Amino acid sequence: MPTMELQTLTYLVVGASFALYIGIAIASRASSTGEFYVAGGHVHPIANGLATAADWMSAASFISMAGLIAFLGYDGSVYLMGWTGGYVLLALLLAPYLRKFGKFTVPEFIGDRYDSQAARIVAVICLIIISFTYVAGQMRGVGIVFSRFLNVDISVGLLIGMAIVFVYAVLGGMKGITYTQVAQYCVLIFAYTVPAVFISLQVTGSPIPQVAFGSTVTASDGVHLLAKLDQVVTDLGFTAYTVGSKSTIDIFFITMALMIGTAGLPHVIVRFFTVPKVRDARMSAGWALLFIALLYTTAPAVGALARLNLTETIQTGPVGTIQGNLLYEDRPEWFRTWEETGLLGFEDLNRDGRIQYYDDTNPEFVARAERYGWKGNELRVDRDIIVLANPEIAGLPNWVIALVAAGGIAAALSTAAGLLLVISAAVSHDLLKGIFATEITERRELMAGRISAGVAILCAGYLGYDPPGFVAQVVALAFGLAAASLFPVTLLGIFSLRVNKEGAIAGMLTGLLFTVGYIVWFKGIFIEPMAADVAENWLFGISPEGIGTLGAVLNFAVALSVSRLTPPPPEEVRALVERIRVPN
Amino acid sequence: MSQRTYWQDNLRLVGFCLVIWFVVSFGFGILGLDLLNQVEIGGFRLGFWFAQQGSIYVFVALIFFYAWRMAALDRQHGVSED
Repeated sequence: MPTMELQTLTYLVVGASFALYIGIAIASRASSTGEFYVAGGHVHPIANGLATAADWMSAASFISMAGLIAFLGYDGSVYLMGWTGGYVLLALLLAPYLRKFGKFTVPEFIGDRYDSQAARIVAVICLIIISFTYVAGQMRGVGIVFSRFLNVDISVGLLIGMAIVFVYAVLGGMKGITYTQVAQYCVLIFAYTVPAVFISLQVTGSPIPQVAFGSTVTASDGVHLLAKLDQVVTDLGFTAYTVGSKSTIDIFFITMALMIGTAGLPHVIVRFFTVPKVRDARMSAGWALLFIALLYTTAPAVGALARLNLTETIQTGPVGTIQGNLLYEDRPEWFRTWEETGLLGFEDLNRDGRIQYYDDTNPEFVARAERYGWKGNELRVDRDIIVLANPEIAGLPNWVIALVAAGGIAAALSTAAGLLLVISAAVSHDLLKGIFATEITERRELMAGRISAGVAILCAGYLGYDPPGFVAQVVALAFGLAAASLFPVTLLGIFSLRVNKEGAIAGMLTGLLFTVGYIVWFKGIFIEPMAADVAENWLFGISPEGIGTLGAVLNFAVALSVSRLTPPPPEEVRALVERIRVPN
Repeated sequence: MSQRTYWQDNLRLVGFCLVIWFVVSFGFGILGLDLLNQVEIGGFRLGFWFAQQGSIYVFVALIFFYAWRMAALDRQHGVSED
């Protein structure tokens, strides 16, 4: 493949998408705090659905998820159910009521409902930890896409990404972000589905990935894709694709933590403040999930198709025969391309010039492999390759590859912008206007919002450039924290008249400390882990990824019991709750 | 009708939707996985299909259903926004 041509094309496509985002930003500048924080509350429910979908689907969803599922099989379901099921909770339990509340931020609701500045500050702290954790990963994603597809240094890629976000987040606030996110959704979903359709066609003859997922494989008469995949991977010692290896209790708790974490993420909740009516907030959640589902039901199909493709590329014949394994010299073009990036690695352990790819952690299979003369798994595959190399594996034209680059950047930028905005709103609206400088005018608050968005971008860029060692481990922390701190007290604030500030503060702190403590204990953030992160050591067999669920349960329990032992909330709070429960 | 009955009706609807939400994901996709996987329809083991496809479709339908029923409830109880 002529690399120059691909690179020019990629520059063109990515450049065009940037021009679009900036154009939109200039057309939708924010002129008031209402427009800066919640786009003036004038966003159409479908537009908000599109924006929410882009806001939500991050670099991780776009680049990593299909690959994650491809190598986890059934266990990957926790992400699919967890990151979509949360929207049901959001639509039924939070969004309509918070829209009726009608102010700007989640900590503001908690502060008003519990009639307590302390509760508001605790909520701001949770929000800032959750959002910064997340945004660092997004900036990193931007840098990686730039360096892989455009051959520029990660730091240059980061600077360009920061500059783009700076223009539309600082200038346009929520209003600018909303309409750029609509455009970004279109770019990313198109970029995701085009290669998926082609791969589905090639392997099964069906153009719809969701259908291809359950279809028969063209090359082997009458065998269904998943049955074939189960066969192919178990032949090489891996766990069957449709059967998991995690324990049921762990799958349950991780899925639940991701669901309530999703519903408790401030940058997602705040999107529902931007629609005109309560009724729109309900509908808009439906649209958002529909747009998300387009990608989330395609991803597992892509994962399965790609896993089969990859395995059959390496294992060309029966397992155990000499000709059954691909000669390294005969490796396809895409294999060479991705070897250069380091996402794919081959080490000829048994020096036979052929590639052996199997599960060398499965003792039963290792014994068999030794008889074949295999000396260990020789192929190292980074899961991100599944989406990034998909178009090349399928032999698609260069413009599709360029599109995937633009899609990955769109996914990362849209999420980063949403997160940066809630951070800046928490600083300028909750901390400044709400607590420390209640006298400032709207114009100065708007200026403060812009400055804090700018500062947040600089911090995020730094975190993306030089991620502290723990960034990879704190994704669990972000969800666990949202699940264990913000979700329960927000929910109780709407559905209970009895829960008071003592209960809410005690509940949030309990959930927060328990969850952070558990994750730090096993993952070791800032300190060395106190115990090995293995199932034998976990409480009830729940991994740190799933512990947010237990944190949330504790938060609920503590909030309810402490409230029972302390006086009920004042009459104004009661009136507030009664008011947000009805739409008019 | 009073605000109280509106809230009670809403809670009943929310409860109904959450039962379905729980059953299709945690029920079919996780706790009952092995049982449902014995059934195979159109190239999918049923439990696996619910975990990676079916539950998501039901979630989408569920939110639109709730939004539609709530709009009707708003009108019935005279608390609609228009």
